[in-house]
Amino acid sequence: MSLTEIAFYFLSFLAIFSALAVILSKNPVYSVLYLIVTFFSIAGHYFLMNAQFLAAVHIIVYAGAIMVLFLYVIMMLNLNEEQEEKTKNWVKIAAVVSACSIMLILVSLISKSTYTMGKAPMAGDAGLVQNLGKVLYKDYLLPFELASVLFLAAMVGAVYLSKKETSKS
Amino acid sequence: MEILPNITIQHYLWLSTTLFALGVFGVLLRRNAILMFMCIELMLNAVNIALVAFSKVHGDTSGQVFVFFIMVVAAAEVAVGLAILMMLYRNLRTTDTDALNNLKG
Repeated sequence: MSLTEIAFYFLSFLAIFSALAVILSKNPVYSVLYLIVTFFSIAGHYFLMNAQFLAAVHIIVYAGAIMVLFLYVIMMLNLNEEQEEKTKNWVKIAAVVSACSIMLILVSLISKSTYTMGKAPMAGDAGLVQNLGKVLYKDYLLPFELASVLFLAAMVGAVYLSKKETSKS
Repeated sequence: MEILPNITIQHYLWLSTTLFALGVFGVLLRRNAILMFMCIELMLNAVNIALVAFSKVHGDTSGQVFVFFIMVVAAAEVAVGLAILMMLYRNLRTTDTDALNNLKG
């Protein structure tokens, strides 16, 4: 087994194990911490696939911003103690059955399909910010601008929604 | 179809599928709205892994740009979603989705 293989299996195991822990842990704070572990292992996968810029952005955006937001909301709403959820038994069974069936469908799809290789193998530096920026600003300029409009709308929406209502009787 | 030595695209797709199914499982199982959000993030990341793997196989950077956009949308979604959650908690004193059973609040 080569080093990259060991790294792949280790990161995959870490990602799946901590994803399971996210779902099954009773305390929401532990869920957030396990989700951070999952995100770091996914960033490791990006590194293995030579997507260095994406790995850096992933760590900054997810572990740096989104998870802090989650943690902040959990602390603010005072949900950081263990609480027993009253999930009904048939809901649990339905969740297991539907998750297993979607897994079955996707796995059978993946194992039955054939794959064709692309024309040229990817260069090692294709994931760096220089090459990615060229593609982003040349071919995907309009989606990029639309994404900034989306961010503006999301910002206004978040500020408006989380404002305290003063005109309530 | 090797991405890394001895690691094919199928390995990555299996990993992606497992993470996606775990995300579906979590959304259906948990009743806490914050946990459901986290599982949605999990599903988005599963798709991101598949996109990066395909981009690597096809030697095309577009896949990585798509991942970039998915991250943008996920960040916007979390910001608005958590703001809605705060509103919800202020009015209902809970984040349990089973408590949201009437329209007038």
